[in-house]
Amino acid sequence: MTAADAMAPDIPLAAARIPRSDVLVSVRGLKKYFPVTEGALIPRTVAYVKAVDGVSFDIRRGETLGLVGESGCGKTTTGRCILQLERPTEGEILFDGVSLTNLGRKSLSGLRRRIQVIFQDPYSSLNPRMKVGEIIGEPIRVHNIEPDRRAQERRVHELLDVCGLPKKFADRYPHEMSGGQRQRVGIARALSLRPEFIVCDEAISALDVSIQAQIINLLEELREQFKLTYLFIAHDLSVVRHLCHRVAVMYLGRVVEVADCDELYGNPLHPYTRALLEAVPVADPAVEERRQHRTLKGEVPSPMNPPAGCVFHPRCPLAVEGCSKAVPSLREMRVGHWVACTQV
Amino acid sequence: MSRQWPSGIAGREDHKGRNVAKLLEVENLQTHFVTPAGLVKAVDGISYEVGEGETVAVVGESGCGKSVGALSILRLIPSPPGRIVGGSVRFAGRDLLTLGEEEIRRVRGREIGMIFQDPMTSLNPVLTIGLQLTETLRQHLPVSQEAAEQRAVELLGMVGISDPRRRLRQYPHHLSGGMRQRVMIALALSCHPKLIIADEPTTALDVTIQAQILELMKDLTRRLGVALILITHNLGVVARYADRVNVMYAGRIVESGTARHIYHNPSHPYTLALLHSVPRMDQPRKARLDPVEGQPPDLMRLGAGCAFCPRCGFAAARCREAAPVLEPVAGGHLSACWEKARLAETRQVAS
Repeated sequence: MTAADAMAPDIPLAAARIPRSDVLVSVRGLKKYFPVTEGALIPRTVAYVKAVDGVSFDIRRGETLGLVGESGCGKTTTGRCILQLERPTEGEILFDGVSLTNLGRKSLSGLRRRIQVIFQDPYSSLNPRMKVGEIIGEPIRVHNIEPDRRAQERRVHELLDVCGLPKKFADRYPHEMSGGQRQRVGIARALSLRPEFIVCDEAISALDVSIQAQIINLLEELREQFKLTYLFIAHDLSVVRHLCHRVAVMYLGRVVEVADCDELYGNPLHPYTRALLEAVPVADPAVEERRQHRTLKGEVPSPMNPPAGCVFHPRCPLAVEGCSKAVPSLREMRVGHWVACTQV
Repeated sequence: MSRQWPSGIAGREDHKGRNVAKLLEVENLQTHFVTPAGLVKAVDGISYEVGEGETVAVVGESGCGKSVGALSILRLIPSPPGRIVGGSVRFAGRDLLTLGEEEIRRVRGREIGMIFQDPMTSLNPVLTIGLQLTETLRQHLPVSQEAAEQRAVELLGMVGISDPRRRLRQYPHHLSGGMRQRVMIALALSCHPKLIIADEPTTALDVTIQAQILELMKDLTRRLGVALILITHNLGVVARYADRVNVMYAGRIVESGTARHIYHNPSHPYTLALLHSVPRMDQPRKARLDPVEGQPPDLMRLGAGCAFCPRCGFAAARCREAAPVLEPVAGGHLSACWEKARLAETRQVAS
């Protein structure tokens, strides 16, 4: 382990100056390595995929933090670690001041009620053999929140209504519904336990363009109504800009930039963030004609064998010799605007 | 630069007012699917043209018929359940729909290239990249194995693949998604086609790789004078790369015109609603988005009226009674809407 690696968990945080009580979720030096094995009978580990390699950030109560990056950058794994669907290799996740990493099953189950998830694919994340009412009601039964069946049913109807679906949908099966309606069911299920924090993992990516806006508006209304906090994992940068208060950009298992949304989009500092924003086409031919279309060269390297030093340096237009030597840590360039790059 | 075409070739003006020879004319194309649940009119009478060297985008949401419409050009619709039940597709003087099996096979890959969304499923996983390229070349052109290999190396170099000789011996799974899509582009361009049909070519790719691939396609099609039909649901991609745009909804083209016209003077309520519903990075953030309300249409339960009518803010009585046809609005721009005059008025008042 290099000196820079050892320092990673102590990265000064964007949220360091805000009082502890305002932070709902705190990710500290999170690492998740997946072993790559060889041999069918006696598998032995030959390498590790470093999906998440030293990530730290805070999510404040009531905010939406966007986590963006391209496929394989570790954004989904980060979300799954927070949800305790993956056991982190290293690092800590604090929820409301309690560390989730060392909790026993029982106390974890209590906390799980407060942390929910909305998945990307509304087709595969709903059980096709269950009616919508059963899907939404299942968490209520599992956690024994409403012992009375009548009350359970009332709660399901209430949730359908909140998510913009008619009551009669409780008796339908997922295949009878469109993609947008199914995603509303997924949202209703996530809300059924009255959570405080929801991880939205590419929650609108699989939906049609005309339906995306409906679900985005719904997510925003619900956040205000129920005082929710979101971690919004997505690759669509225009949607993230619309929905999020702060944004963290990930590349190859690391956070390269964190800032308030308007600051990040208006004044991106990390060369990767800049390239990412330039690559997004705007729905206006006149604007597009004026824009320069510089494309980032090369492709994302394998997380099994990430480049030494700054993971972005082989593709970086600003790279100098030192970039391949030391891992840059996040520095605060402006208030709340953190960048992991030595050249900006 | 104005181009002159020999007399006798039917021409028309392209998006910059230049005279362009027609390459492809699709007329009243209808493709239906017979399913156990009923008849699906996936493509229900679409007509459009593509000029030589032009990039025409077909936009719409899933199930609107944009892919089926494009696959029908090359008669790549699996039958059963699909069937092209009417219309004509004139390409370089012939009707592709009446050609024999052997003749259409010579058009596919040679005169019209295809690029699909998922390069992993459109490349053969058990054949090397080199074999797939040389096979295509030798199938269509009278070239020796050595010449085909030489051309394959050139093609891979042209699409920006480093160390092309070594790549020829590799299999698709050795390559990343972006690299595989580059190989697909090389394959599509291999026999000097006049037209390439690209069906969601970058949907499976990351945004920085998407930008690379689209720039490459734009650069190559312009340089080699190849026309492109770009099928996509991404309005930003269309704005960046298309000369002309066809907007599809429920199996029909509802609006057609130059990219600028479509984006700046949308003349169909669906186009207008769609453009308003996407958040834009170049504009101030809005408190709320304006979504297209309602659900996408069920193609098996379409009534007699306009398919967009249940979601339309401009719907009037006659919209429920009869489906509107594509009619000129202004400057070669077409819209299929009964209320297009009222839409234009509202738009003027709004601006």
